[in-house]
Amino acid sequence: MKADLRVVNTSLITEAIRDMCIEINHDLSPDMKKALLDATARETSPIGCRILGQLQDNLRIAHDEMIPICQDTGMAVVFLDIGQDVHLIGKDLTEAVNDGVRAAYTEGFLRKSVVSDPIERQNTTDNTPAVIHTSIVPGNRVSIRVAPKGFGSENMSRVFMRKPAEGLDGVRNSILTAVRDAGPNACPPMVIGVGIGGTFEKAALMAKEALTREVGCHSEKKWVADLEVEMLDTINELGIGPGGLGGAVTALAVNIETYATHIAGLPVAVNICCHVNRHARREI
Amino acid sequence: MVEGNINTIEKHVSLPLDADVAKDLRAGEYVYLTGEMYVARDAAHGRLMDLINKGEKLPINIEGETIYYMGPSPAREGRVIGSAGPTTAGRMDKYTPTLLDMGLRGMVGKGKRTPEVLDAIKRNGAVYFAAVGGAGALLSKCITSSEIVCYEDLGAEAIRRITVENFPVIVVADHIGGYLY
Ligand code: SF4
Repeated sequence: MKADLRVVNTSLITEAIRDMCIEINHDLSPDMKKALLDATARETSPIGCRILGQLQDNLRIAHDEMIPICQDTGMAVVFLDIGQDVHLIGKDLTEAVNDGVRAAYTEGFLRKSVVSDPIERQNTTDNTPAVIHTSIVPGNRVSIRVAPKGFGSENMSRVFMRKPAEGLDGVRNSILTAVRDAGPNACPPMVIGVGIGGTFEKAALMAKEALTREVGCHSEKKWVADLEVEMLDTINELGIGPGGLGGAVTALAVNIETYATHIAGLPVAVNICCHVNRHARREI
Repeated sequence: MVEGNINTIEKHVSLPLDADVAKDLRAGEYVYLTGEMYVARDAAHGRLMDLINKGEKLPINIEGETIYYMGPSPAREGRVIGSAGPTTAGRMDKYTPTLLDMGLRGMVGKGKRTPEVLDAIKRNGAVYFAAVGGAGALLSKCITSSEIVCYEDLGAEAIRRITVENFPVIVVADHIGGYLY
């Protein structure tokens, strides 16, 4: 599709990211709210019901009193899909994104959880830099997805390099292993993002992107959609439950993305997210 | 499923924890904590351990105390604290047996502990509670005061002293070997 060239000032991206980071840390997207509410009705264990009830109260207080849903307001992961007929002007894009994150985390009373170096560990005091993934797409719009990621669940995420002969069972096994190991650490009920195929890093990136897909929305590929449904049921049968204290609701969704891969490989990445699965989307 | 271990006993417990009260707590009990405790997470634990390894005095007296593994979001004007839910306790496991042997009595966090920590809990008559992970807004309402005690330069990871009122937790590990996960 051919589109007219459009000029976009990166200050618009800064503003959007600022607003989205603040909003999503106080108000989950409608799909996540609905999933949590439905889970509350579905849970059977007394402790599970109690915890899911507390999570409902928590969401209400977060919204009404502007207190972040969780104190871990995350490291900001930003996906930018930039139309190839967009001409960006203003500050350079990376700076513009980080300006938005900085503004959100300082003005919005969000926690600064980022250290500048993984070993020296000096806090950057403004939650920058963000992790930025840019793609060039057709058209003349800029689509922004912001997903602040908490690390209780991020730490439980895994990449498995399976053998092609392991097939679907290898995939099932990878997902279940990651979820079982995550248990109470990942603040269940979880959302599971899965990337199957590609290369080592492509699988991980797909798993992360899968978390930004609306919960309750399935893949267009039949076998993938079937696997999403099947794995959600299997995971919920594990009985890990809300807070990891036992119950019928361990996960709210399994979102799977796939890509072509090498004749010798079957990469499977499992990105675990907690019930505070924050994802916001905006288009400029 | 661990449901079977969970009963509906509810207890109201004062902080700092009395030694006998701590020993009476059992995995699966719902507890409401009221009183004072310390707040410390990864970086603060690292600093405390450095001091211990060097044989130096700690800036806080942990004997009989409870530590809440938490790093709050900043407080808005007029508020005591920001969002304030538990962080994953397992990251503190490396340091915990030493602190328990020095007299630490209670811990509040979320998630699994190592066998070494569970042993140290038994040996010292201590207790590990879980608070609901990801319910930081709700839990912040049970915190009535908060002050930074030391390591202010660590930002969200500074050591704090907080006062809580009816702070809801569940006993996950007790001193007779009960363990909920
Ligand atoms: S895992 Fe999620 S809910 Fe749990 S503390 Fe981290 S960000 Fe919060």
